[in-house]
Amino acid sequence: MKRRTLLASAALALSLGTSAFAADEVTAGFIYVGPVGDGGWTYEHNKGRLAVEEHFGDKVKTVFQESVPEGADAERAITQMALSGADIIFTTSFGYMDPTIAVAAKFPNVKFEHATGYKRADNVGVYSARFYEGRAIQGHIAGKMTKTNKIGYIASFPIPEVIRGINSAYIHAKKVNPDVEFSIIWAYTWFDPAKEADAARALIENGADVILQHTDSTAPQAAAKEAGGVITFGQASDMGEYGPLPRVSSIIDNWGPYYIDRVQAVIDGTWESDDTWDGIGKGMVGIGEISDAVPADVKAEALALKDAIAAGSYHPFTGPLKKQDGSDWLAEGETADDGTLLGMNFYVEGLTGEIPN
Amino acid sequence: MDLSSINPVLLVASIMISATPILLAAIGEMVVEKSGVLNLGVEGMMITGAVVGFAAAVGTSSPEVGFVAAAVAGAALSLVFALLTQVFLSNQVATGLGLTLAGLGLSSLLGKPYEGMKSPTLPKLDIPVLSDLPVVGRMLFSHDMMVYLSMVLVLAVWAFLKFTRAGLILKAVGESHESAHALGYKVVRIRVAAIVFGGACAGLGGAYISLVRVPQWTEGMTAGAGWIALAIVVFASWRAGRVMIGAYLFGGVTVLQLNLQAAGAKVPVALLSASPYLVTIIVLVIISARGAHAAPASLGRSFHATR
Repeated sequence: MKRRTLLASAALALSLGTSAFAADEVTAGFIYVGPVGDGGWTYEHNKGRLAVEEHFGDKVKTVFQESVPEGADAERAITQMALSGADIIFTTSFGYMDPTIAVAAKFPNVKFEHATGYKRADNVGVYSARFYEGRAIQGHIAGKMTKTNKIGYIASFPIPEVIRGINSAYIHAKKVNPDVEFSIIWAYTWFDPAKEADAARALIENGADVILQHTDSTAPQAAAKEAGGVITFGQASDMGEYGPLPRVSSIIDNWGPYYIDRVQAVIDGTWESDDTWDGIGKGMVGIGEISDAVPADVKAEALALKDAIAAGSYHPFTGPLKKQDGSDWLAEGETADDGTLLGMNFYVEGLTGEIPN
Repeated sequence: MDLSSINPVLLVASIMISATPILLAAIGEMVVEKSGVLNLGVEGMMITGAVVGFAAAVGTSSPEVGFVAAAVAGAALSLVFALLTQVFLSNQVATGLGLTLAGLGLSSLLGKPYEGMKSPTLPKLDIPVLSDLPVVGRMLFSHDMMVYLSMVLVLAVWAFLKFTRAGLILKAVGESHESAHALGYKVVRIRVAAIVFGGACAGLGGAYISLVRVPQWTEGMTAGAGWIALAIVVFASWRAGRVMIGAYLFGGVTVLQLNLQAAGAKVPVALLSASPYLVTIIVLVIISARGAHAAPASLGRSFHATR
């Protein structure tokens, strides 16, 4: 008897608690693939989360879980977050795509936003940034500045986003330096500083004097700095502490405005599943300051390229372009459509090696 | 396939850098397990060593001080484990896992102010005559002192377990703590000493990552190295020499596969990527195929004198 009363009152308190809670504030949840202190990808998503907190103050509560592995465990973490009362959940890595869709089916009243994926549902929207626009500028600087004509690229997983970046950087490096070669290492991780540093070292020892990275930590910057005579680019975050050398510029992901916008939509009740893919023009992709280690004329060209991309007058994938196997892809003046870019699974002509499956 | 861009001298140097942290952590954990204690907190002690070592090295501009501080920090954390498992008889598996979580959390807290900072790195030794030998000098005799220290440590652990009375007692405690107790040996005291030694080694291994291998502090930077060390101890069937083979195989193949990729070798990347795990396991299993290779009989069991 006693226990039953206790249970009943607990249940009452709980339901009161949640309803009061729901009326007061919206909870936004974030699932991160690395630690917030990675200095790169997750660091920037967390900055976006903090921007949401600052913008809304008491009206919005944010929660996050870091270092969530991609795959089955992600489903547990997302479910946990949905159960604990989150109204909108941002899952911030490609590998959360299927888990997000699976959890979303069980929680129709919770909104989900999946970063860099392509699967949507009524309560799942996708968003990404056109990082390849930034890669074009990196490729230009890299092609101009390499002395060994060997550019090292630390890739993470063979997914379209990463392949797009490689292609874009290569096209623009090749354009200014026909002798340029790319060595690509697939690290099969987003975040493992020791492995990333090893990969950078391997590329440098094999003659690369420019290191581009598509992994999340600053370890390759540290390895390049130690080696000396190598330039790098900040990835996802400015990584400005490694400037002016080795880091000569960077791609900065700016998620804050988008997160604020989407949380506002939840508050207003106007949230709808959508597909956002913005670039330099809308400010979702920023180009970090180009350091003085870059010659003034190269810097000016890079900035002109950035302006042209931002204004929409130049598309980084403009024909004539061929695929790696020599078949035609884009005719003279033709630009790639978003569908092809989103599913990109081929190298452009000139890149060596195969894309692993 | 053109692999001429791979420079064997640089390759060997990179392999040593890559293998040393795992070797340090694994040899320490081996001693702990030899005494009959399973400490799954290696990852936590490593990352704590990584952050404390980095902080101390930055603070004093001396990487040597950093390594000492890392060993002390790893040992201090392992002492918590020792207290819980040896005095309060808590479950070793659960406590070890807790130690890893605590270490990860503690390190990210301690490490916040050190993100993006640079540390002094360990100088490469210049051994008279030996370092000047052609090729071999650069390949084997021009590393930092921790590389050599880790090898000396393996040798010392092997000799300790094989030739000394104290080593025999340690093994006796790990095989049958009741018998050791009946003979009058202080089981708990011996185990605590082993745990502390393991903690100090893990701390050193972590500091090697943050001070030499990467060199910088990043949250969560050990990224599973502690678990690799634990696995190597098992696959090496609790033998010091095999632990060294295991650590060097794993570190070596990791670096080799990255170099093969960088050189454009025509081998499927998925295979290359999995190769460190595959090669290490296969080789160690083959080595251990004959002879005694059972785990210490009291591994993971709690001991209390009244039972």
